[in-house]
Amino acid sequence: MKVAVVQFPGSNCDRDTVHVLKNVMKLDAELIWHNEFKDGHYDAVVLPGGFSFGDHLRGGTIAAHSPATKAVIEMAGDGKPVLGICNGFQILIEAGLLPGALLRNTSLKFVCKWMNLSIDSDKTAFTSSLKKGFKIRMPIAHNEGRFFVDEKVLDSLEAEGRVVMKYADENPTGTSRGIAAVSNEKGNVVGMMPHPERASEPELGGMDGRRIFESMVEWARC
Amino acid sequence: MTLIFSVEIVISNKPQARDPEGETIMRDLIHKSGFNSVKEVRTGKLLAVKVEAANEEEARENVVSMCNDLRIYNPVAHSLSVRVRA
Repeated sequence: MKVAVVQFPGSNCDRDTVHVLKNVMKLDAELIWHNEFKDGHYDAVVLPGGFSFGDHLRGGTIAAHSPATKAVIEMAGDGKPVLGICNGFQILIEAGLLPGALLRNTSLKFVCKWMNLSIDSDKTAFTSSLKKGFKIRMPIAHNEGRFFVDEKVLDSLEAEGRVVMKYADENPTGTSRGIAAVSNEKGNVVGMMPHPERASEPELGGMDGRRIFESMVEWARC
Repeated sequence: MTLIFSVEIVISNKPQARDPEGETIMRDLIHKSGFNSVKEVRTGKLLAVKVEAANEEEARENVVSMCNDLRIYNPVAHSLSVRVRA
């Protein structure tokens, strides 16, 4: 499968993500500048972490208006796997592909640490190789990761199985109900604050991130 | 004839969304300094824009629709206030 990793001005996890997809997962992955990204050439797309457009106004807002994001919306509509990691998650929210808002952490601190996560939904393109209730470890690194929606919407997201991952032991950011990742209705679009690309090689302290990308391959095959 | 209006766009968290910056300012600055009459602090982001329009109402309407079209605020978590200054 051919996977695009979209690079915005200010992305900084783009090369790590391409490295893992290419050299660890052995996939055909391509780093592509946001103005040059077009739908039709790829089976899946990843919006990587970083600080696109300097996080001006707030994380993800300006990138959500990039022509690349229009193509991402088309791919999402076609049912292709779309993953937003960290700043990529913020972009997917601001583009309207995922619900809610990502607000500043309640501690007001940039939190950078390994977290235990529990899988809440195994019905998405990025968790299909895992099982509900599984615990995995991945690091987070962000200042704006407090997922917020009102209580009614939280209830319906949980009922619909759209809460994908929760922090297992502690809530590092004040995020609603410990939520770390959510999906769209079909499950092909997932936004997550943890970084699977930083947890895919033993040298970096963990390999659970591979399961996210393995799920993507499995999902695309079915 | 058109005029230039100064318009202030204020984006702040809705009451249901905690504002940790406002809480810290109240707790660790205002209350610690003895200004205990202050009961709440909410922070926000201010965009001061200058906009060309025929009148005040048109200036306001243009700015509000721009804020909605471009999602200058996230309606899930933020409230928006737009005021024309002059």
